[in-house]
Amino acid sequence: MGNITFIEHDGTEHIVDIAEGKTLMQIAMDNLVPGIDADCGGSCACGTCHVIVDSAWVSATGIASDEELMMLDMTPEKTDTSRLSCQIKASQSLDGVVVRLPEFQM
Amino acid sequence: MSIKSELKEKGRSIIEKSSAAVPIHMQIKGAHLFQKAKNTVFKREGFPAFVEYDIPDVMSLELKDIDVSNPFLFKQNCWEPYFKRLRDERPVHYQKNSPFGAFWSITRYEDILFVDKHHELFSAEPIIMIGDRPDGLHADTFIAMDPPKHDVQRQAVQGVVSPQNLKEMEALIRSRAEDVLDNLPINEPFDWVERVSIELTARMLATLFDFPYERRRDLAKWSDIIGGAAQLTGGAGSVDENFTAAAEIAKAFSELWRAKEAKKAAGEEMGFDLISMLLANEETKSMVNRPMEFIGNLSLLIVGGNDTTRNSMTGGVLALNQFPDEFIKLKNNPSLIPNMVSEIIRWQTPLAYMRRVAKEDVELNGQTIRKGDKVVMWYVSGNRDERAIDQPDQFLIDRKNARNHLSFGFGVHRCMGNRLAEMQLRILWEEILKRFDNIEVIGEPDYVQSNFVKGYSKMMVRLTAKS
Repeated sequence: MGNITFIEHDGTEHIVDIAEGKTLMQIAMDNLVPGIDADCGGSCACGTCHVIVDSAWVSATGIASDEELMMLDMTPEKTDTSRLSCQIKASQSLDGVVVRLPEFQM
Repeated sequence: MSIKSELKEKGRSIIEKSSAAVPIHMQIKGAHLFQKAKNTVFKREGFPAFVEYDIPDVMSLELKDIDVSNPFLFKQNCWEPYFKRLRDERPVHYQKNSPFGAFWSITRYEDILFVDKHHELFSAEPIIMIGDRPDGLHADTFIAMDPPKHDVQRQAVQGVVSPQNLKEMEALIRSRAEDVLDNLPINEPFDWVERVSIELTARMLATLFDFPYERRRDLAKWSDIIGGAAQLTGGAGSVDENFTAAAEIAKAFSELWRAKEAKKAAGEEMGFDLISMLLANEETKSMVNRPMEFIGNLSLLIVGGNDTTRNSMTGGVLALNQFPDEFIKLKNNPSLIPNMVSEIIRWQTPLAYMRRVAKEDVELNGQTIRKGDKVVMWYVSGNRDERAIDQPDQFLIDRKNARNHLSFGFGVHRCMGNRLAEMQLRILWEEILKRFDNIEVIGEPDYVQSNFVKGYSKMMVRLTAKS
């Protein structure tokens, strides 16, 4: 069993267990990590589960699809390593992954 | 070129090709006169006004005769069984002969999400209302543009309603809400729509646009006119009124624009208002020279910020009256306000739909939508879909997953002002709970005639002060 670290905008860390096969968004919601809204429930259609992947983990988490990028373009806090957490599936290969949450979801 | 097509061509370009020296509102007036003359020459009749009649029981109709574009479904508050029947029996439904032409209705949550997400299959152009645009007033607005043009325009303005910007404005918005609420009569009937919902929304928009505060009610008036033409939404207004409003908007906002532009040129500090932001962006800083884009985008933001929040402000009060246990729950636990705000927006669904046009043949839920067909995503129905939402007709302020509603749309056209709307409603309810023990709705509210705006024209209430 590995773990995932979510870091809130104010620096608060949440280290939670990986649930194999679930998305990072679902894992965050299941563990009551604040700062993710997930308005569309994981359909890549709203942009409110935005996370910023630690640069060391970019290759492990993969790159955003075109449709994901279009949703990310709607947030002013988008960075080069921004992803929608509903589009990242958790697996053992992500053991230790670190993602940061933006100040706001929109 | 025949005379007819030549005239058509001239009409289309009359505004685009007018000299930049002619003020936009004069150009719009010119286009309006031209359209009127053209309609006289070709003896064209305008779009007929809707005459109200009693809406029949939906079960007395054949499926093919159900027409949910009827603007009296909301006005007579009898829409629920109509959409329930479509969801249950023909979730993707074709109406061949509506006054707005043929159109498909998409009524289930999952199907709406599919259409909204697939902008490559369903185009938002040229307009997101069910009717057709008035000739001669083909305003460009990004809500009715497809990517990539849409993305550029949206990104230029979305900063004005970004959460960072809203944080700057929260104190001002709160003080204006406090002022409205502090001046309401106690224990005495008054119209909540007029005194609170319209007034607060107009104040908010004036703040956002840095629009002359004493003229704020013009914003509400223009919003009503733009969304209210019979031809577009089945409203009680006319296309003539649309031209007049467009000219007034153009005049007022050109003046505002020029004033801000002069301020910028003088090197003064710019504010966080919409026009300052448009002037600061490379893509939009000369938008004033592109009249149809200028008028289109301003109209979009005026309408987008008006009917929506206004009717959610009224809808929330009505919902808490219809579900009094929820009011008790709220008073016992005001920390439920943010969740309740999402629930209000779902329950009310202040804009009933968005329209698309199929770009190719698409199979959906057993039906074949043909390329070029109009497709209407009825958010108002998807938000009551039993397949996606538990007890959807109930108003539950502590509903789980209350945020998963369709009222803001999904995909690239998702409501840009969603955070502003939520903030306004949150502040309103925080301030209401500080002051009042009860808001009693007296009698039935009056509903708006429209198939697009699901709203209220009047709702009498009586306040009880907090003891």
